[in-house]
Amino acid sequence: MIPALLELRGIQKIFPGCIANDDIDLTIAPGEIHALLGENGAGKSTLVKMIYGVLRPDQGEILWRGKSVQIDNPASARALGIGMVFQHFSLFESMTTLENVALALPAQNLDLLRAQLEKTANEYGLKLHPDRYVYDLSMGERQRIEIVRCLLQDPKLIILDEPTSVLTPQESDVLFETLRKLVSEGRSILYISHKLEEVRALCGQATILRGGKRVDNCVPAKETAQSLAEKMIGRRVEPLQNRETSILNQKRLIVSDLSKHSDELHGTDIQDVTFTVHAGEILGIAGIAGNGQTELMAALTGETGPPQSGSIEIETQDVTAMTPMDRRQLGAVFVPEERIGQAAVSNLSLVQNSFLTAGKRMGFVSAGIIDWSAVGAYTGHILDRFDVRATGQNALASSLSGGNLQKFIVGREILQAPQLIVVSQPTWGVDAGAAAAIHEQIQELVANGAGALVISQDLDEIFSLCDRIAVISQGRLSTPRPAAEITTEAVGLLMGASNHASGDVLANA
Amino acid sequence: MPLEMSLLTLEARATPSVSAAWLSPLLALTLTAITGAAIFLIMGKSPGIALYIYFVEPLTSWSGLSEVLVKAGPLILIGVGLSIGFRAGIWNIGAEGQFIAGALLGSAPAIFFYESVNPLILPLMMLLGILGGMGWAAIPAILKTRFNANEILVSLMLVYVAELLLIHLVQGPWRNPQGWGFPGTRMFPDAALLPVFFAGYRIHLGTIIAIVVPLLVWFALAKTQFGFQIKVFGSAPLAARHAGIGEKRMIWVTLMIGGGLAGLAGVIEASSTIGQLVPKISPGYGFTAIIVAFLGRLHPVGALLAGIAIAVTYIGGEGAQISAGLPKAVTGLFQGIILFYLLAFDLLTRYRLTRITISKNAT
Repeated sequence: MIPALLELRGIQKIFPGCIANDDIDLTIAPGEIHALLGENGAGKSTLVKMIYGVLRPDQGEILWRGKSVQIDNPASARALGIGMVFQHFSLFESMTTLENVALALPAQNLDLLRAQLEKTANEYGLKLHPDRYVYDLSMGERQRIEIVRCLLQDPKLIILDEPTSVLTPQESDVLFETLRKLVSEGRSILYISHKLEEVRALCGQATILRGGKRVDNCVPAKETAQSLAEKMIGRRVEPLQNRETSILNQKRLIVSDLSKHSDELHGTDIQDVTFTVHAGEILGIAGIAGNGQTELMAALTGETGPPQSGSIEIETQDVTAMTPMDRRQLGAVFVPEERIGQAAVSNLSLVQNSFLTAGKRMGFVSAGIIDWSAVGAYTGHILDRFDVRATGQNALASSLSGGNLQKFIVGREILQAPQLIVVSQPTWGVDAGAAAAIHEQIQELVANGAGALVISQDLDEIFSLCDRIAVISQGRLSTPRPAAEITTEAVGLLMGASNHASGDVLANA
Repeated sequence: MPLEMSLLTLEARATPSVSAAWLSPLLALTLTAITGAAIFLIMGKSPGIALYIYFVEPLTSWSGLSEVLVKAGPLILIGVGLSIGFRAGIWNIGAEGQFIAGALLGSAPAIFFYESVNPLILPLMMLLGILGGMGWAAIPAILKTRFNANEILVSLMLVYVAELLLIHLVQGPWRNPQGWGFPGTRMFPDAALLPVFFAGYRIHLGTIIAIVVPLLVWFALAKTQFGFQIKVFGSAPLAARHAGIGEKRMIWVTLMIGGGLAGLAGVIEASSTIGQLVPKISPGYGFTAIIVAFLGRLHPVGALLAGIAIAVTYIGGEGAQISAGLPKAVTGLFQGIILFYLLAFDLLTRYRLTRITISKNAT
């Protein structure tokens, strides 16, 4: 019998206050794509960090090709033949592809490396231009650099952390072909993802973690996405109910020819963005991260000042020059992408965080003095109604899990009974149970006549939640189309489209 | 052969403890006393007696206590103002300059109407003192909001401008014509002096103001929307921006409060213990108040307690010069040591020292 490529036995890792990994076994055979599934906080990244030598297990054994090994640091992991592509790329934006690759490898002749890079890239169908600067590249292209960089070290095991979260569906298909080719050469892949359909199509084996423990081992192809999700969460998941849509004529948000420069170096300027959100409607904006979503959100909240041109109307009032608070007074609420540090302050209590955006609109201030008991009652209401698990109203925001904090933030905005809600990445990194709850709350709000704008990178979310869909790419927005009339493929093409092509793709969709 | 190397590194603590945050000033004071004892020993003085003179003797008599409170007054007022700015992440280091500017503008009525008996002169002086400090702090505020100039540098450099302006005025245009050529203004009229309450003790109305202001500020920070905004602005600027708390407004307001309170402290000092303007009206209150603000955990009531603690070292230092023949520099030394220990403990409440072993495979 051929020994397993990698075997983990009884791995345990304890952090102050939590057992991140508890007695975990994992076996990866040569030539296998092995999925590592689990909700956020299930212990996936801790486990992977131990395999890659970033952390060391407190207990347990790691066997590489049947021999017990100690992996002290990423360099020794690479020496064994373990490579990793992280979810957040470690690339220097102001350097070229070739330079970035050279930096990660032992010093060598650049011309030789260029030839090697081009050879490897061609072999695996990874299109790359060695001399282009990284800031100019799409997320998919950046990922290819990371993969090629990893492959140049001839790894036997490649760890991929949520590789498709930054890709269009078409780019994902290309990636899968590359992965299958790698596996056919006898390499193995440890594939971390929460996209269950993807895992079912790609992976031969799956290990499922929940709460730091290994709860199951299965063959994903023999499961359904529903059954995999239930193993991850540990209880039944109700699929999102289709709701009756009744889009009203009343306009909640009108954005016309909006152009705004980004505050950030290498940020994306938004250009000539036009759309309308009606009462009773959820408009979805799909797109890969970094295509102007953050800038669009900031322009809508007003937090980065007035735009260069164009106008924004909330409840048919021109708010283009208004402050964030004045916009909220008109009945708009916002849930930005960054939960900690933007939507909520980590070292403040939940009560204080309630006051942060609800204070003025809910009338918690009179003559400059805050009525903290009223804010407390409001906070209690949020915790009850949105099932936020916290030790109480005075718990610090930092003590909540990602999903609970997001439920709190969405709850804080929805309880203000807004006419318009603008949400960015509503369920990013949120467990399935909380995600379903957040979706329901948005739907209920809209059923009662509000309008919603949902900006999300998650196409499943966009398609299951939204009535109309538009795509943002390089700061430009496609014309919104009814969800029923547009396919995932068409949206995928728009997500990857350059400025000029977007109109044509839609015409052919 | 693998090489093993052992390194010390700082690791962030998951939850910095609140009690440790308040324990660190107490520990800092204790260690300062121990270090001080060692220094006295090296200087050939009896550590027990020297420490007694420094830290205990000022508190053993009514006149000592009165002197401590009088000295604490300006430290508390400035420290409270700085605490608000520091909480918001606005680093006003030039309170010394704002103190002098407040003393200058606030003293103007007493100098130009040196025979006045009008009781309104005193409120007018206090008001002008506040405006003087605000005006001096407005310069870094304008430069920061308009040109993003660093307020640390601008406010600090303006200290020297204020000092030179004071020296110029008391030696030139504002010099007392009957002062035998000594630099210094006329003595203020009685109407322009803050009332004292107990004969023989120097505690005055300004001291009372310095005790009341921290309590008012405490209330304002805890209960008002403004206090909340300061907290948010200081700990999460992006959240503040998202919630519509304007950055420019916060810069202006915090610098105005810090400058205004420093200016008030300046005019109080001129119209109480000194009674005129002289070339040197501050033994570095504006700088020492930075220590007061941090020792008081950027909390107004903390600044009140810390101001008193630091004042003890000033009074104790004076006593030590007289009775133990110790140099005046020891006072500054103590204040420096306190800040040093305080910052060290603050670091250790947020991080822990851990030893890591790095093994390197020799190739």
